[in-house]
Amino acid sequence: MRTLLSLSMTGLAVTPVMAGELAVTVEIPKLEVAEYHRPYVAAWIETPDQQFVANLTVRYDVKMRDNEGTKWLKDMRQWWRRSGRDLTMPVDGVSAPTLPVGENRLTWDSAKAPLNGLKPGSYALVVEAAREVGGRELIRVPFDWNGKPVKAEAKGESELGRIAVEVKG
Amino acid sequence: MKSLLTRATLALTLAVSIAGPAAAHRQWMLPSATILSGQDPWITVDAAVSNDLFYFEHVPLRLDGLTVTNPDGSAGTAENQATGKYRSTFDVHLSQPGTYKVALASAGIMASWEENGQRKRWRGTVDSFAKEVPANAEKLQVTEGARRLEFFATAGKPTETVLKPTGKGLELAPVTHPNDLVAGEQASFTLLLDGKPASDVEVTVIPGGIRYRNDLGEMKLKTDKDGAFTVTWPTAGMYWMTAQTEDKKTSVPQASKRSATYTATFEVMAP
Repeated sequence: MRTLLSLSMTGLAVTPVMAGELAVTVEIPKLEVAEYHRPYVAAWIETPDQQFVANLTVRYDVKMRDNEGTKWLKDMRQWWRRSGRDLTMPVDGVSAPTLPVGENRLTWDSAKAPLNGLKPGSYALVVEAAREVGGRELIRVPFDWNGKPVKAEAKGESELGRIAVEVKG
Repeated sequence: MKSLLTRATLALTLAVSIAGPAAAHRQWMLPSATILSGQDPWITVDAAVSNDLFYFEHVPLRLDGLTVTNPDGSAGTAENQATGKYRSTFDVHLSQPGTYKVALASAGIMASWEENGQRKRWRGTVDSFAKEVPANAEKLQVTEGARRLEFFATAGKPTETVLKPTGKGLELAPVTHPNDLVAGEQASFTLLLDGKPASDVEVTVIPGGIRYRNDLGEMKLKTDKDGAFTVTWPTAGMYWMTAQTEDKKTSVPQASKRSATYTATFEVMAP
């Protein structure tokens, strides 16, 4: 289902299979607040003109009874508009538990979905975080996907810390 | 009971539409949310008539004639209806995925005449007019009015079924989906009167939160020859939109004019 969706929504052809991996680092900052809940975080790939390409991961309260954690998915409002509202959660391989404070390194094999359908070109990694009784932040990190190694990063100011993309050729 | 209720609605409708937008208080429904995710979403709605948007300060909006249209086009229910001093409230359970329409729409005739030196007033439907208003009434004044007040809310993916116009009165045919509005972006709409483009009609758009600013922030727009107009939302928040038309296309020959109003609430998200 996920593969179908990402292919049909982006019009990507299943062509170049590049060896290697995409590593994304998402730093969740430690916040001194009275009531702390781990943020919901969505990470996806889009084109330079902000067209949605594929979801990498969506981190939310996946374990809640009756799938109740999905109630706040809309608070990641840009992800919700670009992709979330078109999905039925949980989505296998995309839905995952929330991330703890600190740097979280997540990797995707470029030979597997969704990267195996990603045409060479310029993209951006987008990471959006929304925290219960907290704020929201969205960070974009542009990167090139052409088989060559890439290192790029950006830094959030409130709900996100260091966001890094590493492509290993 | 039913007709009594209908008449009460009409009384408010006609009083407001006859007074005109300049003199009238503003009628509105304010949903708790219009974009929802999750397994079992609900919204709760405030409904009132007031000067400032969106504050409860004058009278509650009467909920007689309230309709909920489910994403599949079937009739839904407005649950837990209550009317207090300043506002009415109700809940809508968004049990289907897609876009819902919540509307208060009514149409009718208001007449007044003299009988033995006394002023008589009557409100009712087009059908009952001939039966209940004396054909030879002296100094008869008749006005026809239609009102539509509505908003949209979406669970999950926005859908289009409820956006189809009914073809009666003044209505909005959204080009941009009403639950896909974002600050800084342009939204396109078409205004229809009885299902046909309403050209050269002024549309007023006002952001909520009036109490805490000096400037009303009112946008005055005009429909083009095809009834189309666009709004670029300056900021995120709840917006009130209204438009009114007046013409001579009355259903009963005694009516001097027909007025139609359209009012809606839109939520605009931050980018």
